[in-house]
Amino acid sequence: MKQIKDLLERQKPMFQRGGKYERFHYLFDMAETFLFTPPFTTGSKGVQVKDPIDLKRLMMTVVIAMTPCLVFGIWNVGHQHYIAIGQVATFFQKMYVGSFVVLPMVLVSYAAGGIAEAIFAVIRKHPINEGFLVTGMLVPLILPPTIPLWQIALGTIFAVVIAKEAFGGTGMNVLNVAMTARAFLYFSYPAQMSGDVWTYLGDASPVEGYSGATALALAYDSSVAGTSTVLASLGDSWYANLYDFKNLFLGAIPGSIGETSTLMVLIGAAILILTGVGSWKIIVSVFGGALFMGYIFNLMGLNEFMLLPSHYHLVIGGVAFGAVFMATDPVTATHTETGKWIYGLLIGVLTVIIRVFNPAYPEGIMLAVLLMNVFAPLIDYYVVQANKNRRLKRATI
Amino acid sequence: MSKYVKLKKGFNVKLAGAAKLEIVDSLSPSIFALKPTDFQGIERPKLLVGEGDVVKAGAPLMFDKTHPDVMFTAPVSGEVLEIRRGEKRKLLEIKILADKQIEYFEFHRYSSSDLNSLSRDEIIKHLLISGIWPRFKQRPYGVIAKPKDKPKAIFISAFDSHPLSPEFDFLLKGQSQYFQAGLDMLQKLTRGKVHLNLDSNAEVSTLFGSVTGVQVNKFSGPHPYGNVGVQIHHLDPINKNEVAWTVCPYGVKQIGKLFLEGIYDASKIIAVAGPPVKKPRYYRTYDGACIDKFIENNLSHQNVRFVSGNALTGEKIASDGFIGFYDHLITVLTEGDHSEFMGWLKPTSKLSFHRAWGLVSFLKQNEKFELDTNTGGEERAFVQTGVFEQVTPMDILPTHLIKAIMAEDYDEMEALGIYEVVEEDLALCEFIDVSKHPIQSILREGIDLMLKS
Repeated sequence: MKQIKDLLERQKPMFQRGGKYERFHYLFDMAETFLFTPPFTTGSKGVQVKDPIDLKRLMMTVVIAMTPCLVFGIWNVGHQHYIAIGQVATFFQKMYVGSFVVLPMVLVSYAAGGIAEAIFAVIRKHPINEGFLVTGMLVPLILPPTIPLWQIALGTIFAVVIAKEAFGGTGMNVLNVAMTARAFLYFSYPAQMSGDVWTYLGDASPVEGYSGATALALAYDSSVAGTSTVLASLGDSWYANLYDFKNLFLGAIPGSIGETSTLMVLIGAAILILTGVGSWKIIVSVFGGALFMGYIFNLMGLNEFMLLPSHYHLVIGGVAFGAVFMATDPVTATHTETGKWIYGLLIGVLTVIIRVFNPAYPEGIMLAVLLMNVFAPLIDYYVVQANKNRRLKRATI
Repeated sequence: MSKYVKLKKGFNVKLAGAAKLEIVDSLSPSIFALKPTDFQGIERPKLLVGEGDVVKAGAPLMFDKTHPDVMFTAPVSGEVLEIRRGEKRKLLEIKILADKQIEYFEFHRYSSSDLNSLSRDEIIKHLLISGIWPRFKQRPYGVIAKPKDKPKAIFISAFDSHPLSPEFDFLLKGQSQYFQAGLDMLQKLTRGKVHLNLDSNAEVSTLFGSVTGVQVNKFSGPHPYGNVGVQIHHLDPINKNEVAWTVCPYGVKQIGKLFLEGIYDASKIIAVAGPPVKKPRYYRTYDGACIDKFIENNLSHQNVRFVSGNALTGEKIASDGFIGFYDHLITVLTEGDHSEFMGWLKPTSKLSFHRAWGLVSFLKQNEKFELDTNTGGEERAFVQTGVFEQVTPMDILPTHLIKAIMAEDYDEMEALGIYEVVEEDLALCEFIDVSKHPIQSILREGIDLMLKS
């Protein structure tokens, strides 16, 4: 410890004002504060003692909450790979294949976004914000395993630069950064983001009868064809019981790397709620909104997809992951507590509407979150206005 | 019509090193100081004494040009030792070398039967010349009250919920008659009620239990339930164009003593407490006492900070500095000028409001913590939402208010309730802030903007 500390102390003057590498001050600062908590003390007036929490701790908690999804995602990539090529494999073989696919994606995302972040910190002279710890992990988890690495790099850089830094950096962005990366990739490279991209095959060829279609695609097809009920078409997949409710909940299904397992997402949600880092109000209300809308559609029952039992909406696609890790981003969500209920509810409702009615893109959570990001300030405006009105009402003059 | 208000939001900062209930009489310092910087709302203090002058306790030392009626008087008798000025000749301290035996400036004495016949103007005149007036603060803004205002009510919080703060009933033991006389005077100053707010978590002492003629309310909950601003919000909130006054129980006692004994009695009992203090306890002294005697041979180590006031709203002073006009507590804290390897990552048992730090903190309900002055991180943009509201037991949106102040938006500040808060009411927000913003000084900037508008 002492040696590292001394080493840092020796280099420090070079990075301070007037030093040789003054412009890289914030990079040095990042490394230093990463290794050692800063020795700063409180000001002379005001709070003399402070809570030890900081943004690093907060963001790290979110990364920890995502770990179950990441680990399960790695296994699932391997698992899907082996069932698609019709081989029986051990847990370790599956993890090996999965790691081979997923870890480079995570590395590329962190590296590309991190470099963009660092360049902006140097040019704009602001400290490197810890928010990227989360974004860098979120991006690979919401992408299909077959996506080319260069696209991940491009999408992450686009999101960091356009969605975040252009607005003034962490804390100022309007749109969720990771969702922007995904939306950018989806609309720029639809071929790599939809269709048969959800299972990593590698060089092997799939077994006979294999289909890479996701549950959402099957449900949508059933409403177009109208020949069989939606549950029958889900049950009729090429691999036995692939899309029954239990398997959908556990997540051994094709899909984006981190999104498939509702169980793992719920573990993450438990961590976020227990630590108080994620807003339980948003998580609950997104689920509630999706259930509610699914139920309304059941009552209307105009096509087969609308007849999908509403609890299925929570376990297929990215609803659970989006509710827990995307909608709860405190910067882009509503900032008032009442607003959080409305915001979450509308995300849930919109997700189901989009996924049932939008033929181009069967997954609704991405667009729903981005849309509500834009409307969050409006919701806040009315909640804050209500607070002001209560105060005005009280006044007699 | 007494009220009971139960508050749920807030957080108790459980700082170790509370003072033991014993009073040391023998150790009084020789130098005392009046610090113009203690007072909010004064701009151009003018001296009335020079170095070398001899003054009695209660004799005027200075006044402020913006309110020339309000006198600031000497806490003790003695010789004016030094007038210390800072940058741009800003007046910082008027130091007095105290006499061994305090001589009091004599004001008019009243018998308790005469008190009833005193008019409002007479009372105010006495309070102004004696130096007690600065004990009255007005809401909005928390500045020294204006004598010409007729406040809609006067609020007294009989307890202080800040970390390590002493109990007023201990500080004012045996002074019931002065306290009651002070309350009687207060009733003539307002067109509304005088509210005395008690802590329902504690037993009611004889001092506060026997008062008459005022509305006694009770509050329960975590800190900041003892803040008078929070209490006002729940009893009779401040609206635009309204003024209420606040005064602390010590001031009420001083008022009573002024009228009954004819002296400005600035003697007070102060606590010297905090984790590095070897013998945390109480000392009998006077306003503006130099703290050097109290800390001599009383510290477990030397890398410490001395704070006049409490750990949430106090002000750092030197080891030979002076206790502030409004303070009854010297908090001593270890300086946190140290680094911790990967300190942001490792699990520890530090005191934190956030469960992300202390997930199992509910297991340690009664533990006291040795906090130091480390900030625990660097300043960042606002990221987390919804937590300030959890420590602000008022219908106010602190984040939005702070942002309105940063944007210097006067209408928003007013609409979001800047009239109802002063620094101490948002001190917990500053304590728990993940992004480490100086909330209290931002709020004061906003208040200053409103005052000048």
